[in-house]
Amino acid sequence: MNILEASGLAKNFGGIKALNGVDLQVGVGELAGMIGPNGSGKTTVFNVITGIYRPDRGTVTLGGKRISGLPPHSISRLGIARTFQNIRLFRNLSAMDNVRAACHPDVRYGPISAVCRSEGFHAGEREIREKAMDLLSLFSLQDRRDDLARNLPYGDQRRLEIARALASEPDLLLLDEPAAGMNASEVGKLMEFILEIRTRYKLAILLIEHQMRLVMGICERIVVMDFGEVIARGTPREIRNDPRVIEAYLGKESKDGK
Amino acid sequence: MGMKALLGLARFMAPFAAAAAAGTVLSSAGAVNMYWVQIFQLACITAVSALGLNVIYGFTGLFSLGHAAFYGIGAYGAALLMKTGGGESQAFFLASLLAGGAGAALIAWLVGLSTLRLTSDYLGIATLGFGIIMKVVFDNADAFLPQLGGARGMTGIPKMTGVAWAVMFLGAFLFAARNLVHSSYGRALVAIREDEVAAGAAGIDTFRYKLAGFVVGCSFAGVAGGLYAHLYAFLHPSNFDFFKSVDVLMIVVLGGLGNMSGTLVASFGWIFLLEGLRVALPPDYIELRWVLIPVLLVVTMLRRPQGLFGIREFRFLRDASE
Repeated sequence: MNILEASGLAKNFGGIKALNGVDLQVGVGELAGMIGPNGSGKTTVFNVITGIYRPDRGTVTLGGKRISGLPPHSISRLGIARTFQNIRLFRNLSAMDNVRAACHPDVRYGPISAVCRSEGFHAGEREIREKAMDLLSLFSLQDRRDDLARNLPYGDQRRLEIARALASEPDLLLLDEPAAGMNASEVGKLMEFILEIRTRYKLAILLIEHQMRLVMGICERIVVMDFGEVIARGTPREIRNDPRVIEAYLGKESKDGK
Repeated sequence: MGMKALLGLARFMAPFAAAAAAGTVLSSAGAVNMYWVQIFQLACITAVSALGLNVIYGFTGLFSLGHAAFYGIGAYGAALLMKTGGGESQAFFLASLLAGGAGAALIAWLVGLSTLRLTSDYLGIATLGFGIIMKVVFDNADAFLPQLGGARGMTGIPKMTGVAWAVMFLGAFLFAARNLVHSSYGRALVAIREDEVAAGAAGIDTFRYKLAGFVVGCSFAGVAGGLYAHLYAFLHPSNFDFFKSVDVLMIVVLGGLGNMSGTLVASFGWIFLLEGLRVALPPDYIELRWVLIPVLLVVTMLRRPQGLFGIREFRFLRDASE
């Protein structure tokens, strides 16, 4: 069964066809990867799925319910969370408050309660604080909880962004280049980590990544994009030997050998 | 409200109540110069309005250049109610102030619905435009309601605002702002300021909360305007023009965006400096204030671009829930 189905997605920016009829499926609990050269439309797919862009054509459904056309916060509430290629944390909030802000949609007290500091407010805050602490601990960020996000080292920022995404309790997590800027040992840890959170939270994950070791190492299924279209899909083994993929990445061998 | 909550409110308001009592006794005994008592009240009122703009710009990140218009709506609204039906009733005065705040909130909601889809710079232009429109409305208000006075100014407003009212309202709004900011709702507002796209992706309804932040901030201005109207018992459209919006904006930026302590100190500093220089400078040189103050602003912004207080808050304005 698929949790996410996108069919015939098209998106133009002026004269540029960023997406040109993209079909995509992610199964329940599946770990899928999306690769493709720079500018091939991968992040645009994420932006269309999460409602940041409205597709010109095509539909996206989540668990059978149509979500394309909904605003981002509604899509988030229906169960899709994401991270961003160029880390978008709330930079002047503490690590703790970054996660707590993402707990807001489930807040159990009203604004009047907050101003009056009612019992409901205190109970609600305790609940949010505990949930945020659990997530920070899972990411070994508990000792950093009071540090401003912008003062965290790069690796911690990447992890905090995933922690914030998990705060909304998604069914599908979209990771946009989670390993960008990481060295080999950090990538190794990240791979283990992605597998762990998938099992723990019973998530489906779709990730964009350029580090082939990560994509080939943990993804069960891979989608390859080029010029706004899906040019191949399959298991890592199938993708590695697909001539169209090799062509997209390395170019075509010229006929006369020049 | 439970016992604990009431106790928290009482503890917070106690110093304000003490100050209100002391101020009332001192001023009615004639121990202090009435002129400075009036200036002190103006500082309290300005702080309430500036606190509202800080919610809008400092915490939610919405650049508004029309704050004085909402201050004016509250001022004219409350004054009209008192003038037509209030007499000297304190209870009616309180109700008029709240009605002025509600009126400002309602107009803010309507303005926000149409302008808050704009991003920062454009929002600034739109609110600037609204401020100018409201100035024209105030100028010509006598055409539809003669009591409002139009360009000649509104007279016949009872002098109701006293030290007690000004100080207690300042305390109450500081309490409300602090508790709102240090709650899940406050975090949602700040998240929008920090990164609207990420806030949306985290499930926060950014438009709804921008609108809410704007309305709440403008309601502060509305109540403050009502207090102002009954302090001087005279309203003139020039009290609510674009330059008055800039005054509040400068207070908020000087104090530090998203910093309540800074807004409080900068409000008092601004008002007392303005009036203090009026006394200190020889009469022919009073307009030199508009040379000295901008120089001071430039120097402050160069030395402390994060505002006077940065991210530090007075103890009583910190998060009390932890």
